[in-house]
Amino acid sequence: MVNYILMRLLRMIPQVLIISVLAFIIIQLPPGDFLTERLNRLRASGYTVDEAEVQRLTKMYGLDKPMHLQYLKWITNIVTKGDFGYSFVFSKPVNEIIGSRMGMTFFIAFLAFVVCWSFAIPVGILVAVKQYSVVDYFFTFLGFIGLAVPGFLLALVLMYVSYSWFGLKVGGLFSQEFQTAPWSWARFVDFLKHIWLPVIILAIGGTANLIRTLRATMLDELRKQYVTVARAKGLSEFKVLMLYPVRIAINPIVSTFGWLLVWFFSGGTVVEIVLNLDTAGPVLWRALMNQDMYTAGAYIVIIGTLTALGSLISDLMLAALDPRIRFGGLEVS
Amino acid sequence: MPEQHTTPQNSSVLVEIKDLRTYFFLAEGVVRAVDGVNLTVNRGVTMGIVGESGCGKSITAYSILRLVSPPGKIVGGDIFFYKVPKDGSSSQAEVINLAKVDPNGETIRNIRGNYISIVFQEPMTAMSPVRTVGQQIMEAIILHQKVDKKTAREMTIDILARVRMSNPERVVDEYPFQLSGGMRQRAVIAMALSCRPQLLIADEPTTALDVTTEAQILKLMRELQEELGMGIMYITHNLGVIAEMAQEVAVMYLGRVVEKTDVKELFFHPLHPYTQALLTSIPQLRDALTRQEKSRLNVIKGMVPDPYARLKGCPFHPRCPVMISGVCDEVEVPEIEAAPGHMVRCHLYTSH
Repeated sequence: MVNYILMRLLRMIPQVLIISVLAFIIIQLPPGDFLTERLNRLRASGYTVDEAEVQRLTKMYGLDKPMHLQYLKWITNIVTKGDFGYSFVFSKPVNEIIGSRMGMTFFIAFLAFVVCWSFAIPVGILVAVKQYSVVDYFFTFLGFIGLAVPGFLLALVLMYVSYSWFGLKVGGLFSQEFQTAPWSWARFVDFLKHIWLPVIILAIGGTANLIRTLRATMLDELRKQYVTVARAKGLSEFKVLMLYPVRIAINPIVSTFGWLLVWFFSGGTVVEIVLNLDTAGPVLWRALMNQDMYTAGAYIVIIGTLTALGSLISDLMLAALDPRIRFGGLEVS
Repeated sequence: MPEQHTTPQNSSVLVEIKDLRTYFFLAEGVVRAVDGVNLTVNRGVTMGIVGESGCGKSITAYSILRLVSPPGKIVGGDIFFYKVPKDGSSSQAEVINLAKVDPNGETIRNIRGNYISIVFQEPMTAMSPVRTVGQQIMEAIILHQKVDKKTAREMTIDILARVRMSNPERVVDEYPFQLSGGMRQRAVIAMALSCRPQLLIADEPTTALDVTTEAQILKLMRELQEELGMGIMYITHNLGVIAEMAQEVAVMYLGRVVEKTDVKELFFHPLHPYTQALLTSIPQLRDALTRQEKSRLNVIKGMVPDPYARLKGCPFHPRCPVMISGVCDEVEVPEIEAAPGHMVRCHLYTSH
């Protein structure tokens, strides 16, 4: 098992490096760079641009150097100093922009994940056990709505409903008066009042998806002989379910843990824009729109690394759950 | 509450099935999988149940343990289980009508795995692949014998040794997929026997195994029966295995027992045309080799009728070589005691 974990950790290094190269190529793909974009805009609005100033900026950011050297400079700074570069749009170091938003984004993603699992797993088991019952049809209907309605639309509808019916203003993460206030109990309560909506909206799609997946795998497992065997031992129905079909049906849920977290982390951009949240999504969107390459690059690298890390956690949990993976995997001894 | 039964108690009777009907209510119609079965299994005796696929032999067994789940349902009849307490507190049997108990209730759960166990056909899928052999056997021991984990583990190793598992101390921590088919069936049998049941239902336990392993498993079951004194209900479509294992035999056709007698009588004096046909359709190795021309095996003409159809009279009449027109396809057949201890359900032995 230790070997297996070590091997998986080692494999992550080239993975993340490849991700960083790809991220760099992607952000360089659109023609031009941040400076030319800026200059064009300035010229378009009638400003005369000082060529010397342009030269100075180009040199400062190394934009005149070949791409691989630019990449090397960028990645070296990230790896050695943890420095993701400078954001042209926000005129601040990227670390500062990300740092302030990353925690919040993570917190929301984590909450969405907790809501998702703690709702989807029991419901998924229930609808499989009570297949074709009223409960099953109810959650199937709800599930398809959850899958089909885009998050931003749901956000708009819920915002409208909570404002016009209950007089709640749900946009943003804090009320006006707490926006810049230091953390306090009152600010925390205010935060909770705002956060439930994005959490639910983010969780809904994933929850619907998980319920469908779990229902399908549970139905497969429930038909297996070992379930009848377990029942024939005299175990209570609850124990039969938990110890036998659920133990196996949970596998696909665990194996998607990695992407689910990332999906909650990055998937809500449009929702976050609609709800006016100070999270990572809207910043990434602005950075991409303005060719703010270092900010965008930082996000892509972070999300990519998270995906790799998530898959690692998934794999480790799977190996712990399922001996067939443990014995069939890298561990030979 | 278990229903009290009024017939005089015979101490050798273990399970008495009376007019059992288990139907499956499907969208296409009602399948009468078990349609009026009468059967008695005695202590220490092996009752063989033979029949083609779909004749209801497995469903009869499942009904005893109340393992038939919707759309299947026991719609009529009784299954009396004569439960003699295991702790020896009384030799008097408590009679429980299993057909009437709650299928998820305390009563049946105390009987399952404890008084009545079942071994299924497929050893490959009878155990969960993600839990160790030991965990899956210990569960039943802890549940029914109220012992701690350590004792249960020792008992598990002991029972594995008893089913002649090599290296039981290692196997107890292994996963089912690490064992061969034969070893896995031994583990499944160990699981079924772990609480010393009074009745073992064996639902084609050797069908999926090769003949060598089959012979070993059959021998093992006979030895364990002697050791534990349990009754066995042995379900198979293999008449050779019946001759090997059973003292009494019931032949089933379309949800009914059509003939029931001791094993010698069945092989030497079969009365029902269906039984006779079954016996002549066994391939004989010697015949096949000595005969010059390759001759065809006897087959029972026709097919098992559509499961949704309900036939008038005797259900075997469309395939029967000696069908009496106007009787067999019209009149319901009762059970007839054609000779002492030899029951048959055929119009040839009635006065019509």
